[in-house]
Amino acid sequence: MANEGSILTAADLVGNGPHGDDPDMHGKFGLFGGRFVPEALIPALDEVAAVYEKAKNDAEFLREFDHLLRTYAGRPTTLTDVPRFGEQAGGARLVLKREDLTHTGAHKINNVLGQALITKRLGKKRVIAETGAGQHGVATATAAALLGLECVIYMGAVDCERQALNVARMKLLGATVVPVTNGSQTLKDAINEAFRDWVTNVDTTHYLFGTVAGPHPFPEMVRDFARIIGVEARRQMLELTGRLPDAVCAAVGGGSNAIGAFHAFIGDEGVQLHGYEAAGRGLHSGEHALTLTAGSVGVLHGARTYVLQDDEGQTIESHSISAGLDYPGVGPEHAWLKDSGRATYHGITDDEAMAAFSLLARTEGIIPAIESSHALAGALKLGRELGPEATILVNLSGRGDKDMGTAMKYFNL
Amino acid sequence: MTTLQTVFAKAKADNRAALVGYLPAGFPSKDGAIAAAAALVEAGCDVIEIGLPYSDPLLDGPTIQDAVHRALSNGTRIADVMRTVEGVAATGAATLVMTYWNPIDRYGAERFARDLANAGGVGTITPDLTPEESEPWRAASAAAGIDTVFLVAPSSTEQRIKAVVDCCTGFVYAASLMGVTGARETVNTAAEGLVARTRAHTDLPVCLGLGVGTGAQAAEVAAYADGVIVGSAFIRRLLDAPDEAAGRESAAALARDMAKGVRR
Repeated sequence: MANEGSILTAADLVGNGPHGDDPDMHGKFGLFGGRFVPEALIPALDEVAAVYEKAKNDAEFLREFDHLLRTYAGRPTTLTDVPRFGEQAGGARLVLKREDLTHTGAHKINNVLGQALITKRLGKKRVIAETGAGQHGVATATAAALLGLECVIYMGAVDCERQALNVARMKLLGATVVPVTNGSQTLKDAINEAFRDWVTNVDTTHYLFGTVAGPHPFPEMVRDFARIIGVEARRQMLELTGRLPDAVCAAVGGGSNAIGAFHAFIGDEGVQLHGYEAAGRGLHSGEHALTLTAGSVGVLHGARTYVLQDDEGQTIESHSISAGLDYPGVGPEHAWLKDSGRATYHGITDDEAMAAFSLLARTEGIIPAIESSHALAGALKLGRELGPEATILVNLSGRGDKDMGTAMKYFNL
Repeated sequence: MTTLQTVFAKAKADNRAALVGYLPAGFPSKDGAIAAAAALVEAGCDVIEIGLPYSDPLLDGPTIQDAVHRALSNGTRIADVMRTVEGVAATGAATLVMTYWNPIDRYGAERFARDLANAGGVGTITPDLTPEESEPWRAASAAAGIDTVFLVAPSSTEQRIKAVVDCCTGFVYAASLMGVTGARETVNTAAEGLVARTRAHTDLPVCLGLGVGTGAQAAEVAAYADGVIVGSAFIRRLLDAPDEAAGRESAAALARDMAKGVRR
């Protein structure tokens, strides 16, 4: 890298090789991943894969991406020790990776800036995206404004209501927000509708997919753009504590912040990787988003992965107080990490997440996103298991400003 | 049981295209679907595709989404799909199932192929199963003696067309346009080119679907394709009718018009 002060190298973007953690030529992570999409989309997916493959080995692309991450997104993000919060974690040392401090308020900006640059290289002038909590939609609308792209965001009508502030932000940024009123009216249906738009307008449009799910190459490309989270955190943990953490914790919906946090640590055998899914009102209530912990292997949104489905393969609607985790599928690399045993996945209920949300605000003066609060609640439990000598890195994937409506209702504020 | 090979040979002998009608199982009701498909056959459809209602139909436009949603709401399951196939096959039409991949995957490929064959079904159309992922399904289908139909699209390269047609038996489904299912004002002009490009790679019949909604459009497509596939236009008639009998008659009237179209 010729660029002084750069934070990103090609190795940072694509990994350091020999962990065997890249998908094969068909986008398969073991049994998982692949492409289960209409034939009409195959040429577009091939084109994205080819352009990405070229870009990630192109110094000019890396320079542009690096520049945007530093001067626009606000990277590197800091680590923050949270000792008062950690008192509730059996005295374990909890350290937060502050993705909430990025521009637009969540880690989603990392992937979006990468794909926005890919969109330019594809020669396309229009981007579409799905959004659940609205953070990916806001980040996409932001990048579209920055780069002069037309932007259409599909968002479940239920999510539009519970994340009204983000709808307003997207509109202010010049995006068109389309409320999706079919099915469960949440993220799953927003993705269906975005795919319908893409297959219709694929000549002019890039589908700026927001998570590590979907057909190849999205799981790999989105992971690579999110990977900077763990790359930075790994270096910073070594600087701060002199060693690697005992565990990394992250919330898992589609799984992009978690894979971003985990990936740089996959080769570090001593570092446990823990993902926390939304247990909603509890496993036995049937109202949850426990795709990895309670789902089964199937195909959803173009990839083979774990899915919440019935005995005949119909998708079961998920539930979570957090719109960003309210998804009945998950990225195929997480399915692979689960089955290989490298990562462990757990459920956190709405109530546990909201307790952690409140606790972090009161003990540390940081209001986390409700999504991230699932990782915080998980870290509290894990700390009590691992004991006071343990150091735990928690990916604080976003900030909670967008969640004030939900918090006002939940806590009667 | 009438096979696809018989249907296309007969249509060819008559110097016309085959008419292929699509309806989801369980719509407008479980029995109503069988009656409606039988009415389409009576009116001149040679082949019927029975749709397997799926919760996430990402290649379908609003009309089929609406019908499928109703089918799922009235509790339609795979056993009902098989029963529908059995009822429709008894009319003498070659009967296929059109389904997204996950329901077959979950049910078990071998079991699904066997049950479909036992119901009198002659094959499947799987719009989200690509050649790369199709091997287990082709093996199961071959073992059960049913055909496998896959789709080519206007965006398909020559290489992709070849890969797809090499996986097809029965016929090849050419999608007329880039988009989701649903009737359109005009049939995409690129469609004829796609059929010609597909023929360069296969001797199988090539049927054209997506966006065909009138007898005149059917006639236009029949001039260059071996079969004309119609779904949303029939479903629209069923959705808009005051009751099932009226819907059936309205859909049959359209099918008669289309059947004339493919004979022009």
